[in-house]
Amino acid sequence: MSRELFKFKGGVHPPEHKSESSTHPIHAAPLPRKLVIPLRQHIGQVAKPVVNVGDRVLKGQMIGAADGYISAAVHASSSGVVTAIDLQPVPHISGLPDLCISIETDSRDEWIDHAPLDYQAMVPADLRMQLRDLGLAGLGGAVFPSAAKLDPGAAHSCPTLILNGGECEPWITCDDVLMRHHADEILQGVAVMRHLLGSTGILVGIEDNKPEAIAAMQAAAQKVDFAVEVVAVPTIYPGGGAKQMIQTLTGKQVPSGKLSTDIGIQVFNVGTAHALARAVHHGEPLISRLVTVTGHVLRRQNFVVLIGTPMHTLITLAGDRDGTTGVLMGGPMMGVPMPNLEVPVVKATNCILVKSNELFPPLPRALPCIRCTRCADACPAELQPQELFRFAKAGDFGRAQEYHLFDCIECGCCSYVCPSHIPLVDFYRYAKSEIWAREKEKRAADLARERHEFRQFRLEREKKEKAEKLAAKAQAKRAELAAEPAAAGSAPSDADAKKALIAAALARAQAKKAETMPKNIDHLPPDKQREIEEIEARRAKIREMARQPLESEEKP
Amino acid sequence: MPAPFILDRSSVTQVMAWVLAALLPGIAVSVWLFGPGILVTLSLAIVTALAAEAAMLKARGYPATPFLTDLSAIVTAWLLALSLPTLAPWWLIVTGTLFAIVVAKHLYGGLGQNIFNPAMVGYAVLIVSFPVQMTQWAGPLSLTETPLTLAQSASVIFGGEFPKATLDAVTMATPLDALRTGLLQQYTVDEIITQPIFGHYGGVGFEWLAAAFLLGGLLLWALRIISWHVPLAFLAGIWLTAGFLHFFDPGRFGAPWFHLFAPSVMLGAFFIATDPVSGATTPRGKLIFGLGAGFLTIVIRTWGGYPDGVAFAILLLNLCVPLIDQYTQPRVYGEARKGKEPQA
Repeated sequence: MSRELFKFKGGVHPPEHKSESSTHPIHAAPLPRKLVIPLRQHIGQVAKPVVNVGDRVLKGQMIGAADGYISAAVHASSSGVVTAIDLQPVPHISGLPDLCISIETDSRDEWIDHAPLDYQAMVPADLRMQLRDLGLAGLGGAVFPSAAKLDPGAAHSCPTLILNGGECEPWITCDDVLMRHHADEILQGVAVMRHLLGSTGILVGIEDNKPEAIAAMQAAAQKVDFAVEVVAVPTIYPGGGAKQMIQTLTGKQVPSGKLSTDIGIQVFNVGTAHALARAVHHGEPLISRLVTVTGHVLRRQNFVVLIGTPMHTLITLAGDRDGTTGVLMGGPMMGVPMPNLEVPVVKATNCILVKSNELFPPLPRALPCIRCTRCADACPAELQPQELFRFAKAGDFGRAQEYHLFDCIECGCCSYVCPSHIPLVDFYRYAKSEIWAREKEKRAADLARERHEFRQFRLEREKKEKAEKLAAKAQAKRAELAAEPAAAGSAPSDADAKKALIAAALARAQAKKAETMPKNIDHLPPDKQREIEEIEARRAKIREMARQPLESEEKP
Repeated sequence: MPAPFILDRSSVTQVMAWVLAALLPGIAVSVWLFGPGILVTLSLAIVTALAAEAAMLKARGYPATPFLTDLSAIVTAWLLALSLPTLAPWWLIVTGTLFAIVVAKHLYGGLGQNIFNPAMVGYAVLIVSFPVQMTQWAGPLSLTETPLTLAQSASVIFGGEFPKATLDAVTMATPLDALRTGLLQQYTVDEIITQPIFGHYGGVGFEWLAAAFLLGGLLLWALRIISWHVPLAFLAGIWLTAGFLHFFDPGRFGAPWFHLFAPSVMLGAFFIATDPVSGATTPRGKLIFGLGAGFLTIVIRTWGGYPDGVAFAILLLNLCVPLIDQYTQPRVYGEARKGKEPQA
């Protein structure tokens, strides 16, 4: 337990508000009448629906199939009938609706056939495919498909496996209570991770404001047949960020633009390990998770919630109160405001935080930046937030990128400490999205230019080929004509030959025209003929009108 | 509104209020050792600064409330007033404050946008334009035969009337002035510092004023309002430059301790060079900024046309800030160290 810990730069100490919800037992949220299950609950390719409206589905049945390697399947969280496959509001920062499968539950909660996986006997690639099809994704918030993260890749092994029980965001306690009550199962999941990644060193990082969780994990670590080091790390936000946890535990930094596996480290959230244990030892897909419901509610606590449960049912369950000013998914530092409370709980939903003016007073008006660099002192990415802010505000996105804008993890520390109350992270998100949009535009423009250039090239080539063909044909004709009179015995003049050539061509053209004349407008009755004429007149007029504005524009 | 949804309790007003609080020991010492004249100067500067701030905010279409109450105008007013001679005429104070707030602050874009420290711009304008009036320092009370009361100080400042005594009886050359004048008259440093105005390290009274500013500065550092980089580098710049010169010719160059214990140096090191808006932002940049300002202060004091060089040195370094910042950007998380592969 005397492991040397390393300090990462920056970080803040917001009020923790953990004990409000962490000291209560876990309750199961009741089965809702309707489940809305988004097909995009993970990073990567969106799942493809594999059921139809009207189908009866069973609990745990795959309703959306993973599409590609970086993807994960989605499943029915309970048995019932598919009532719709359409766009529904989802808990996402964009506030845009997304494709969801709605299921009317039949309250029978009838499971599909499922069986444990004999993971040690399976080929690793097959096991990963199974896990992908069981819908596993990181439950810490980023929801990266777990199967892809369990692939050690070219290195064939990942020596260090870190289990992240940091949970540094204020108010959230779902990982804390999970560790308190399900430490053994978490380590069962770790055994599978260890098997797939070939890890030799296993570290569990837990912030020292969770002594019960640390004790539970230590007790569980005694019982497994591999070495697990449970380490209490200092409580500091964002100490539970993967990069920060890696630095705290190992002193290593993930190189900019690379993955932690490049330095032989993989990090998983404790919730993911638990879900993995359920998947492997019970064959259960990821259809439920722990959710902290806290803030401005009567009974702050953690619920086991079926994916797809509307958020309002949980708030009602926890006891809603007057004076609610909004609901966040996640914590107060990085949480996302919910567009409405019909949105479903998804795999990324670790917390539902209900706001009130007392708990979350409206943010004061922003003043100009005074370059005090408190943000730089607080930035765990070691950036110069005040400069990034200046560039983002001025629209100087190139400079912002030079100053490592994309190393920003949007943890919110800079905004938290800013004495001018500037919503700094907002400016960085704006700058990032602008840069992405411009790159997309540039790619589209490049493509269009290439296409245009190729078309020009093709037209040019076709013209050339046609000319060559014509020349060859003319040559042949001339030779033919020259041969004819030669056979007749008189040598014709060059002019005669040309004339004959033209006459022949004209005759050919006439014949061709007669041939291609559309037959369906021949011999029409007069009324049809008139109709056609009228249409032709209208067309001419439209063409005329279309030309006019252009001409008038050209006039000085 | 996007995340985060909680804020630390800090605010611009709070930062400025701590700066003002940290100036109180210096003001108290000034009243104790030099008489109450400074209170008149401070009050006049505050009124002028707030009026100018309000007028400029209105002219620029900004709301009065958050900006007038951010206390930044009062900080500028105090810093300028504490740099001015304690018995300077009222119009000098008003002119300097107006120039600081109107030109140096608002014409450059207001709070957070000024390239130069406004108080130092005001000071520079005054010392260039009115060098004579800028020497009306009240002498330390221990050396003055007829100390002025508050009312008498006010009448000197507002009416230019010196009661009972002539100007020379209440005002005195500062130690830096005395050193400069003495050196110009071919005296050696050792001869000059036998004058009664010179104390243990700096001038009589002045060294205590410097100590009081140092105390306030340490308070700001303890509260993390300022970092140690700029003050330490600034003091080091002065000490090293002055020490280097003094080592080679102690007769012609003042001792480093003497240069350090001038009130302008401590005020400059902890309150003016640390101005975040016009100073460098990176840790290495702050060190360069401080060292450069310290070096230039001694150069100007020694070879320049003015007795003190703190204001000009800081203004000159203000000019270099964009360049300094650009070339001292720190390494970010996960970025390869120079000449070293990232740990793998």
